[in-house]
Amino acid sequence: MSNVAIQMIIYCVILIALAIPLGKYIGKVMNGEKVFLSRIFVPCEKGIYRVLRLNKSDEDMGWKKYAVCCVVFSIFGFVILFFLQMFQKILPLNPEGIGGTSWHLAFNTASSFVTNTNWQAYSGESTLSYLTQMLGLTVQNFVSAATGIAVLFALIRGFIKVKQKGIGNFYKDMVRTVLYILIPLSLVIGIVIAAQGVPQTFKAYDEVELLEPIEVENEDGTITTVTKQVVPLGPAASQIAIKQLGTNGGGFFGVNSAHPFENPTIFTNLLEMISLLLIPAALCFTFGRNIKDKRQGRAIFIAMFVMLAIALGIIGYNEQIGTPQAAQGTTVAMEGSSVYSGGNMEGKETRFGIATSATWAGFTTAASNGSVNSMHDSYTPIGGMIPMLLMMLGEVVFGGVGCGLYGMIGFAILTVFIAGLMVGRTPEYLGKKIEPFEMKMAVFICLATPVAILIGSGIAALLPATVGSLNNAGAHGLSEVLYAYSSAGGNNGSAFAGFNANTPFLNISIGLVMLFVRFVPMIATLAIAGSLAQKKKVAVSSGTLPTHNAMFIVLLIFIVLLVGALSFFPALALGPVAEFLQMIG
Amino acid sequence: METKKSKTVWKVLGLFLILMLITGVIYPLVVTAISQAAFKEKANGSIIEVDGKKYGSVLLAQQFTGDEYLWGRVMNLDTSTYTDENGDTVMYAGPTNLTPASEDYEKLIAKRVEKLRKANPEKADEEIPVDLVTVSGSGLDPHISPEAAKYQVERIADTRGMEPEEVQKIIDKYTEGRFFGVLGEKTVNVLEVNLELEGILK
Repeated sequence: MSNVAIQMIIYCVILIALAIPLGKYIGKVMNGEKVFLSRIFVPCEKGIYRVLRLNKSDEDMGWKKYAVCCVVFSIFGFVILFFLQMFQKILPLNPEGIGGTSWHLAFNTASSFVTNTNWQAYSGESTLSYLTQMLGLTVQNFVSAATGIAVLFALIRGFIKVKQKGIGNFYKDMVRTVLYILIPLSLVIGIVIAAQGVPQTFKAYDEVELLEPIEVENEDGTITTVTKQVVPLGPAASQIAIKQLGTNGGGFFGVNSAHPFENPTIFTNLLEMISLLLIPAALCFTFGRNIKDKRQGRAIFIAMFVMLAIALGIIGYNEQIGTPQAAQGTTVAMEGSSVYSGGNMEGKETRFGIATSATWAGFTTAASNGSVNSMHDSYTPIGGMIPMLLMMLGEVVFGGVGCGLYGMIGFAILTVFIAGLMVGRTPEYLGKKIEPFEMKMAVFICLATPVAILIGSGIAALLPATVGSLNNAGAHGLSEVLYAYSSAGGNNGSAFAGFNANTPFLNISIGLVMLFVRFVPMIATLAIAGSLAQKKKVAVSSGTLPTHNAMFIVLLIFIVLLVGALSFFPALALGPVAEFLQMIG
Repeated sequence: METKKSKTVWKVLGLFLILMLITGVIYPLVVTAISQAAFKEKANGSIIEVDGKKYGSVLLAQQFTGDEYLWGRVMNLDTSTYTDENGDTVMYAGPTNLTPASEDYEKLIAKRVEKLRKANPEKADEEIPVDLVTVSGSGLDPHISPEAAKYQVERIADTRGMEPEEVQKIIDKYTEGRFFGVLGEKTVNVLEVNLELEGILK
């Protein structure tokens, strides 16, 4: 167990040590201050703005215009990705001759990648061509992440500005985020992981001889001897780098970062795992820096980190203990040592063992990343419930790049409101009065996820056809349905992957859930930003509730858990909790 | 007003196309060019090629069931998705996604335990390493733990008429430690051990 604890602590320390300087850097990029990459990218930026013919009216957009730009931009992305998939058969860069996808799968995947979810109802290596992966998915990995960060920038400006209408320039926010933040980090990580063994090539799949041929019995009783193995290839490293950094998480290969070609060594795992939480963590510090009160950013960071640390502890403990069904009394060795991981190794890779797999499971569902390096479907009941719960909380424990923090700020607004009610004061946050309009919008942000998950999984569980998609029976089967809609409802994208989600009903309903929980909170956030920017700043008085101290952090955590627990306790009781009781019974 | 709105739509489309060019074309091509120039073998699937014959990828597991071989993780084979140019089946593999807490799972593990006990009678009193009775996350995990390799040394040595120390030496050669001594777990590469046992790798 100490092995698990030590590794988890090291991972968290590395994360924080990198997030603080990166947060400062992103803050500079947001304001257009000079950074070390300015010399290279300022001319590129200027060139792009000239091509787009940006003029004065774009300089400081009102929130409605900013929202229209976000939505229109996403629609273009959706349409292009949808048709790339449908027509990949006749498009170039398809050495395996993979056919076009069904319309409902194309709808699901386009919704998924445009909303930064990266839920995958397909297996990349057998379903998508190199062109679709590169020009469709890799592009969305960048721009859906950039859109989230842009909206966060706009919200931060809402707090800074006084009696103004504008909340920033959508074009500049997007271009700067891509050029200064996402491209440089992706280049470095992409090249390093390729050097470690992640494929990066346009060659067709390779075939190799099997040392020991395999005999497979066919349905008619005859025996086929298989002597070759397929080696899937492709431009994987470039896509994997951005799928982690942009909290996207969609695997190049079906089994995601568990695949030895996506994540071949402990070193690549370290890079990828830190990357997937790095920007969401850094943005907390960006927030504090740019509103000129670092304590506020730190308070939100601590609230998020406390919840993450508790989650990591519970997952790690349960996976190390394993299940009595696997232990077979004392026949199978479950206890770990320095040469041996022990624990629940079903669905886990030897090189990652328990500690590194459990840490990834916590990181990826805290961040709305959703890539996996072990199969969550095969986690112990409680070990698998915690990742699900992290998604149900609305992806605000770090969450997606940008959207996680603006979601958490929605909860902070809810918290000051509730605290204000208790003591009879007018709520204010960061010097801005919180009034009915902000409250209504904050409720949209906080409740979009629970509503979407419960309605979606409720309907799916009622339909007889859903049973055909399950991989496990009983309580675990319900967990599979619940996990699928939680993943979509948190824009996470990870899965209890035994669940076959590629059916028309599931593709469409899960697609709609993803679109709903992405765009409703996004537009509500921009509305808050626009409203706050127009307000005057109120001076701090004895009646102001401080929002940077331990008291506020505890309150904030309490509110987040309260909304999550009240919404989901009945569903969790029927799924993972019931399975846990059966397991020990 | 009408023209202003349509102008915005065109500008947003322009922005999308420019970002698509940067992130979907220039970026992957730069990474590919650098990878192919600097570490070609790694970027093309880490294939083990001896005398022109491709024996596998260092990173992808193959299934071993013979007593003379080191066994890896239990494999959940996929022989229905891929075929070669002649239409013959080509092997791939995936995870099971089974819950480890069901009765069915208990029976499954019991069966695997029985098979291992039968194949390794000299280890009848020892606990079985858990990685030998479970399917990995990718289904293609190329490694097992050193403990799981040690469990099989005597069987391999007996079948091949080798000394156990010789077998252990080969296993040690393909054992990798933890990252900086703390992160991840120690691993043994199963395919490389078997290729060396066969005298193909030296």
